[in-house]
Amino acid sequence: MYQYDEYDHQMLADRIAQFRDQTARFLSGELAPAEFLPLRLQNGLYVQRLAPMLRIAIPYGMLSSKQLRKLAYIADHFDKGYGHFTTRQNIQFNWPAIADVPDILAHLAEVEMHAIQTSGNCIRNTTTDQFAGSAANEIEDSRPYCEIIRQWSTFHPEFAYLPRKFKIAVCGTQDDQAATQVHDIGLFIVRNDEGETGFRVLAGGGLGRTPVIGKEIRAFLPKQHLLSYLDAILRVYNREGRRDNKYKARIKILVKETGVDNFREKVEKEWRKLKDGPLTLTDSEFQRCKRFFHDPAYKHFGPQSPALEKALNTDVLFSNWYEQNVSVHKKPGYGIVTICLKKTGVAPGDLTSAQMNFVADLAERYSFGELRVSHEQNLILADVEKDALHSLWRELKSQDLHAPNLGLLTDIICCPGGDFCSLANAKSIPIAEAIQRRFDDAERLRQIGKLSVNISGCMNACGHHHVGNIGILGVDKKGAEFYQISLGGSAENTTALGDIIGPSFAQEDVPEVMDKLIGVFERHKLADERFVDTYRRIGMTPFKEDIYGKAD
Amino acid sequence: MAKLIKDRAVVEDQWLLVRDAIERNFLEALDGQNVIVPLQVWLSQREAVSTRKGRTGVWLQSHELPQSIAEDLPSLEVIALEFPIFSDGRAYSSARELRENLGYKGELRAIGDVLCDQLFYMSRCGFNAFAMRPDQNLEIATLRFEDFKDGYQASVDKPIPLFRRRGG
Repeated sequence: MYQYDEYDHQMLADRIAQFRDQTARFLSGELAPAEFLPLRLQNGLYVQRLAPMLRIAIPYGMLSSKQLRKLAYIADHFDKGYGHFTTRQNIQFNWPAIADVPDILAHLAEVEMHAIQTSGNCIRNTTTDQFAGSAANEIEDSRPYCEIIRQWSTFHPEFAYLPRKFKIAVCGTQDDQAATQVHDIGLFIVRNDEGETGFRVLAGGGLGRTPVIGKEIRAFLPKQHLLSYLDAILRVYNREGRRDNKYKARIKILVKETGVDNFREKVEKEWRKLKDGPLTLTDSEFQRCKRFFHDPAYKHFGPQSPALEKALNTDVLFSNWYEQNVSVHKKPGYGIVTICLKKTGVAPGDLTSAQMNFVADLAERYSFGELRVSHEQNLILADVEKDALHSLWRELKSQDLHAPNLGLLTDIICCPGGDFCSLANAKSIPIAEAIQRRFDDAERLRQIGKLSVNISGCMNACGHHHVGNIGILGVDKKGAEFYQISLGGSAENTTALGDIIGPSFAQEDVPEVMDKLIGVFERHKLADERFVDTYRRIGMTPFKEDIYGKAD
Repeated sequence: MAKLIKDRAVVEDQWLLVRDAIERNFLEALDGQNVIVPLQVWLSQREAVSTRKGRTGVWLQSHELPQSIAEDLPSLEVIALEFPIFSDGRAYSSARELRENLGYKGELRAIGDVLCDQLFYMSRCGFNAFAMRPDQNLEIATLRFEDFKDGYQASVDKPIPLFRRRGG
């Protein structure tokens, strides 16, 4: 993975000194809360319901064992012994003291981590496919490009006070796993007819209260122009994005109101001024960044793994886990393991410090000392020898980290919700748990098949409810917490926004409603059909009738 | 006389900022003074403004585009860009537009809600003068230019991005 040089280290050190000074001035009353606010947000620090919350970037999801151990240390020394992985490849700590944050940042800097621009109206952490570099269906590894974008966006002097937050995702695989189409900018790595690498560029996607799928503004951007083109998009947005209404300030509204053709022209016009200038990426920079993401020292295996075959035939629990949680690797003899952080009774995405240290050890022993974090709030060991899978599974089982539910109904994406977040209208974690308890039969879950359930505690949609096959949104109904349900959303290649089924439900009714929805699906599904495909085929009516009764 | 930061030093402000030009004959009243007039005054009374005694600058609100004075840049000694509130970031783009695309070489001044914590980014984008909000300590503010020793991006202060300077 990427290794800092003296420039990267210096910039981080400068940032910590700067924020230490700002924090001291805030605590002494010299810096007004309103003026400290964007400064602390751009260092990842929120003030939440119960305590501050610190959001730390895990750039494009890459994490080393050493870094994860440091996160465990921070959880133990500055927090309550756990952390929460978010839907944007970040980790959040919910209980730090404001005065401690500069010290926490200094600890992070030791392992080349930071909380820069994880919040605020600026360019946020760049995200990508959690299998990048190991996926079997990859066009090109997205991580070198993500690192180039990370550096370009970090402390960008022109774009620190945008109209609103700005999120970029890069997809280098055939099957998008990064929800790329619902980002402010979505970049798809493509090859042109000459075999050159470039990007298909989408702009104006996003969730929140006005969910929009990004529109293509360029079919092919040669890779050397990546940064000048991003600068051009951001400049148009910075100048013209709405600043009169926070809810209309995202780039998706600008693209919508300007019209995509008009918006594209504006970007092209800005780009012509920047194109072929110093921002043009050089071959040596591509080479430099790619060096950090070369294949690890894979061994050579044949297509068969007798040890794995034997274990699969003799250990049914392992076999179930393998079927669900191990994905196809580009190298024969290797598998990609997802450690699903969705055990019933544990808040989705939460991990204790002991588990962090444990997983860090596993990564070292089984996967070249590296891990990934996914936007589904799971952890990934991307390069595990097939022969070692059974022994890895036994170790995971010993710490209750072997939930065999990746991609299934109980692998719920869930924001912290009303238990922690001051923006939330309703709780989300207890809803996830109630659903997990209702569907606690592993065999039934497998029969239901691939199904994403996404829960957000408010319109801001941190739980990506719009793109869940079943989306659940917490709403405030005259002071009571209610839940609106939508069907048919998807964050895959065929990204779709869910349709709202009807009036919202009381918290205690949600598991029952889920039961009915699954019942309708099971009655209509054809062979191995997935929930989302059945929904697309039969439409809303059968679901609606079952839940609310037939209309007269 | 008010003070401001220019080229990283605290200096006396030689210029008078005309916020509004409501009076019909306001120009005569300012004869002999160095004035920074609103863009609309400049565009509507360019002749009268530039032939009077005294030097001339123009200031832009954050939504006003620098392209509207592209032709006039050689005759303007000061261009001021307003931050109505520090979190309105439009002037950062305007500053780069003026410096990098329109080739403006004169004084580029930040006015309005100008706070010490934004000076570093402002200077990277091409501002070289800062009329700070009155409650800001100017001497301490000058230290903020040293917040970072380097930056990744191409910008006005360092037109060559770090990846081209890094070597190897």
